[in-house]
Amino acid sequence: MSEAMTNNDAIIEASGLRKSYGALEVLKGIDLNLKRGEVVALIGPSGSGKSTLIRCLNMMEQPSGGTIRFRGREIGRKFRDTGDKIGIGTLRRNVGMVFQHFNLFPHKTVLENVTEGPIVVCKTPKEQAEAEARELLAQVGLQDKHAAYPNHLSGGQKQRVAIARALAMKPDVLLLDEVTSALDPELVGEVLTVIRRLADEGMTMAIVTHEMAFAADVSDRVLFLDRGAIAAEGSANEIIRNPSNERLAAFVSRFNH
Amino acid sequence: MYVWKFDVVWQYWDLFMWGLGLTVLYTIGSIVFGVFIGLITCAARLSSWKIFNYAARFYQEIFRCTPLLVQLLWFYYAFPLLVGIDIDNRVAAMLTLSLYVGAFYAEIFRGGILSIDKGQREAAAAIGMSPWQASTRIIMPQAFKRMLPSFINQSVIQFKNTSLISVISVADLAYMAAVVNGQTYRPLESYTVMALLYIVVLFPLTQAADWLERRLRVSD
Repeated sequence: MSEAMTNNDAIIEASGLRKSYGALEVLKGIDLNLKRGEVVALIGPSGSGKSTLIRCLNMMEQPSGGTIRFRGREIGRKFRDTGDKIGIGTLRRNVGMVFQHFNLFPHKTVLENVTEGPIVVCKTPKEQAEAEARELLAQVGLQDKHAAYPNHLSGGQKQRVAIARALAMKPDVLLLDEVTSALDPELVGEVLTVIRRLADEGMTMAIVTHEMAFAADVSDRVLFLDRGAIAAEGSANEIIRNPSNERLAAFVSRFNH
Repeated sequence: MYVWKFDVVWQYWDLFMWGLGLTVLYTIGSIVFGVFIGLITCAARLSSWKIFNYAARFYQEIFRCTPLLVQLLWFYYAFPLLVGIDIDNRVAAMLTLSLYVGAFYAEIFRGGILSIDKGQREAAAAIGMSPWQASTRIIMPQAFKRMLPSFINQSVIQFKNTSLISVISVADLAYMAAVVNGQTYRPLESYTVMALLYIVVLFPLTQAADWLERRLRVSD
């Protein structure tokens, strides 16, 4: 309890988080807390559980064990708030997520993609939602694409719309799950620029990425996941630039060439 | 050289119109009931409750693996013996047509829903939508668009399939053509007029379906 009190600026706090698929244990008891304004990068080899971890933070995956707290309150298994636990719906309204494959709604225009959450979930009046959406689209450099359908956009543009869609909910935290992994190399930069600006503006973020230089540059803290556990944790300098742990060094060096 | 005499047959145009009306009625009626049955069956198939799943599959396979003609004969001649009550031929016709097309619709609906990438449901969930909101606002509209061509195709087949209800003496277009033939002894004209009437209804419909499909494709 005393530890929880010292972390009262933690927005999301996972403790003893476990996730199994049948006999396969993907997360083996993870403790992670994300403080307001902090950018945490999750790195690690494929299958290390970093995507599963970030997906547990907004209950996209149901954890098999452990607890997740959002602003100090435990998250229940129901969509709505129940008793002293907050519901999954409430959690997701406040925690945005951006996916590797964008997952834009193809039957809706760019503007409708961005306004969908505010209008349907937050009951924001349409005019207000659209004005805010246009502003967000301008921030990600897509103000002139509001009437386009997602299938007419490049990968980098799609991902920037997806970021705007998540931001439209005015989230406390943004979870980014390998958001540049599906992009052509020349389109990665435009997405990273947007994320870097969000970091500069103080957005709290958890970022799963294979872009080591970017992770080192943008994050306050780096977590190295290996086989479902946090194998190393520290500043970007400690983890990426001067790795001490042997497996970590081997992993990081693969990205430096 | 055969001399076509449509005027002889056309004296009975009111019979043709009456028959065509019934054909349209049975088509629309069985489509409406069939959609209803199809939605329930589809929900059962997608349900995590195994018992619903098996029941729905059992129904679908019975109706997909027997000919419609056999089903009509069974429901009209065999089923009443089984339950001990008489079934009106019109009731048997509507019931059979609806159950038949419902089994196919269920498969079309299911295929459409399953074809939507699971990332769509996740993206909807990630912005805080409830499962119901995600289904109605994100999944269904996309699934609907994707299932529309098969749905229309099945409905066109259904229109033609109604001709089979003439074997249990429902006075549809095919039945009336036979009646007119009996009156006039002009099979060529009688059955040609019947065929033309089917075309007159269905051709504009298939054209409209193509147009609708193209229009719905704007977002692709």
